[in-house]
Amino acid sequence: MSTLSHRRYVEQCHDSASPNRKVEPSWLEELRQQALARFEATGFPSPREEEWRYTNIAPIERKLLTAAEVPADNAAAPSLLDRCRIADTWSLVFVDGVFAPEWSYRDALPQGLILDSLYSMLEADPGWLEAHLGRVGVAERHGFIDFNTAFFTDGAVLRLDDGVILEKPIQLLFVSTRSDGRSTLRNLICIGRNAEARVVETHLGAAATGYLGTVVNEILVAENAGFTQYKLQFDGAKAYHFGGSYTRIARDGRYRHHTLSLGGLLVRNEVHAELGRAARTELNGLFLGSGRQHVDNHVRIHHNEPYGTSRVTYRGILKDRSRGIFQGRIVVHPDAQKTDAEMNNRNLLLSEDAEIDTKPQLEIHADDVKCSHGVTVGQLDPTAVFYLESRGIEERAARQMLTYAFAAELVERMQPSGFRDLLLDTLLARFPLAGVCKE
Amino acid sequence: MLKIDNLHVCVEGKPILKGISLEVKAGEVHAIMGPNGSGKSTLSNVLAGREGYEITAGSITYRDRDLLAMPPEERAREGVFLAFQYPVEIPGVSNIYLLKAALNAVRKHRGLPEVDAMDFLKLVKEKTRSVDLDEQFLYRGVNEGFSGGEKKRNEILQMAILEPSLCILDETDSGLDIDALKVVADGVNALRSPDRAFILVTHYQRLLNYVKPDQVHVLVHGRIVKTGDADLAHELEQKGYGWIEATAAGV
Repeated sequence: MSTLSHRRYVEQCHDSASPNRKVEPSWLEELRQQALARFEATGFPSPREEEWRYTNIAPIERKLLTAAEVPADNAAAPSLLDRCRIADTWSLVFVDGVFAPEWSYRDALPQGLILDSLYSMLEADPGWLEAHLGRVGVAERHGFIDFNTAFFTDGAVLRLDDGVILEKPIQLLFVSTRSDGRSTLRNLICIGRNAEARVVETHLGAAATGYLGTVVNEILVAENAGFTQYKLQFDGAKAYHFGGSYTRIARDGRYRHHTLSLGGLLVRNEVHAELGRAARTELNGLFLGSGRQHVDNHVRIHHNEPYGTSRVTYRGILKDRSRGIFQGRIVVHPDAQKTDAEMNNRNLLLSEDAEIDTKPQLEIHADDVKCSHGVTVGQLDPTAVFYLESRGIEERAARQMLTYAFAAELVERMQPSGFRDLLLDTLLARFPLAGVCKE
Repeated sequence: MLKIDNLHVCVEGKPILKGISLEVKAGEVHAIMGPNGSGKSTLSNVLAGREGYEITAGSITYRDRDLLAMPPEERAREGVFLAFQYPVEIPGVSNIYLLKAALNAVRKHRGLPEVDAMDFLKLVKEKTRSVDLDEQFLYRGVNEGFSGGEKKRNEILQMAILEPSLCILDETDSGLDIDALKVVADGVNALRSPDRAFILVTHYQRLLNYVKPDQVHVLVHGRIVKTGDADLAHELEQKGYGWIEATAAGV
């Protein structure tokens, strides 16, 4: 463990108070101090830890020494935003870790919805925030989460009252404009009983800049509520990204998560969910790697109570010298009888030098359950390529069609059509000769 | 249209075809029959340009051009069509888009504009009915979850839409119930014309009850050992391949 660099970092932070930090209530100071103490003691996770064995985050630690909170380049933001904004949504925009109300759309929010920055909430309703922040994912927290807790500069809060069904999706846009910039954000999402919402979380940044983004979502889905989350990781090619979603789903609640991880140089996507009685979750992920990208996907599900259902479907497409990781574990606790769980990871390796490490695991402590998992790693089927060629399609196009189809199968499950179209267009940009597949 | 001259082909160093010569003229239907392992599918695959076959001697001329020098997609665009013995499932690529991509590839090659969307839909729906497939098959992944008979009918649908000049059917009739077999036969008969030729590779004679061939060739151990008219197929059906293999060995 290279604890040296993170200690130096902590010292730096003690010396120069963040320009974005405001005066905080004592409970939050305490939360941060505790997290900082843990982070000081352990630093970032090391590859010697089982859950991190495929990803060496030393480059992130080195990055920390140069990364700083710097004023946003607001001139650069609009063009980046235009690329990824989804029409007809409410939105919150954060530029380099700072809330940008001028780019956010919050006109005519319905009754029962609060959509605001964490700092605004700290002024408006500190008691509510105190009761909810820092509650989820505590059992498996690690250096990145502690780092995030200690240093977050702001974040989004979505609070939906009982019974409110949101007609429009909400988009959270996290934009990075600065080279060596750092953005550390904590989002809190609480969906009330019988309520329903969809959130599209979008990460993007300038291609040429090596910034560091760490974003942690705490999500509480109350009884019989439904929450759908889409994560678009479109970070710049030199970016470092850690993004984690930690969700607790109460009885009869539904949580669907879709990740599309395309950007970044070193990326870790974590999705953890804890399920109550008869809760359901569906976690889908698609990750594409090219060049020297490293994309690590970590999924963890805890079935704590009976009758829960979980479906995990991840697909990876890796070319050049990229490396992908899928590490998933479904834990069925002793009380979680009648659990129905499936985990599946399929991967396409498009070059000799690409690599995938995949490890799906089931850990079952109950006896009356239905659980399965499966993995495939392969190349494009040469027979399928020939089949398309024999129908007049040139080899390069045939390969792109098949690759696009492999990816699109997962994307087609995604619901808000504007979002799905954005994804399919993004994929098509990667596989332009597959154009005929889409209409 | 097609002239195969003294074709020798090896697979993984093992000779499979040992001097095939065959001439197919426009308007003709040729049946190639033979026992399992005689090299029938090798011949089909070599004509379509599949990888993994080593041509050790001989030539194939298609419309006065060297067929073996053309990549598979060019052969397709030039009008060579192979109906696969085992059609491939391609999840995520819908049937209708493959049809459209294939048709436009051919049209582009001929210097024609892309097919009009409405005309195409009309054409596809009509042809889909003609092979007795439900329209919903158009929107499913190519062959994805299709039954054996549905896959073969889908091959005939592609053939009907692409209107190739040289149609090679690789055991398209194998494993089919009589209704599906008739669909295949109808598909062939509907396309028969003076400027189009067919090679029907088959293990069974039954298809030839519905499609009358001009010539029947019997392929045994990589050689054409006998050529005749439609009656030869009936003779084979009655006497079995053992008879012809014995005859061939005696030659």
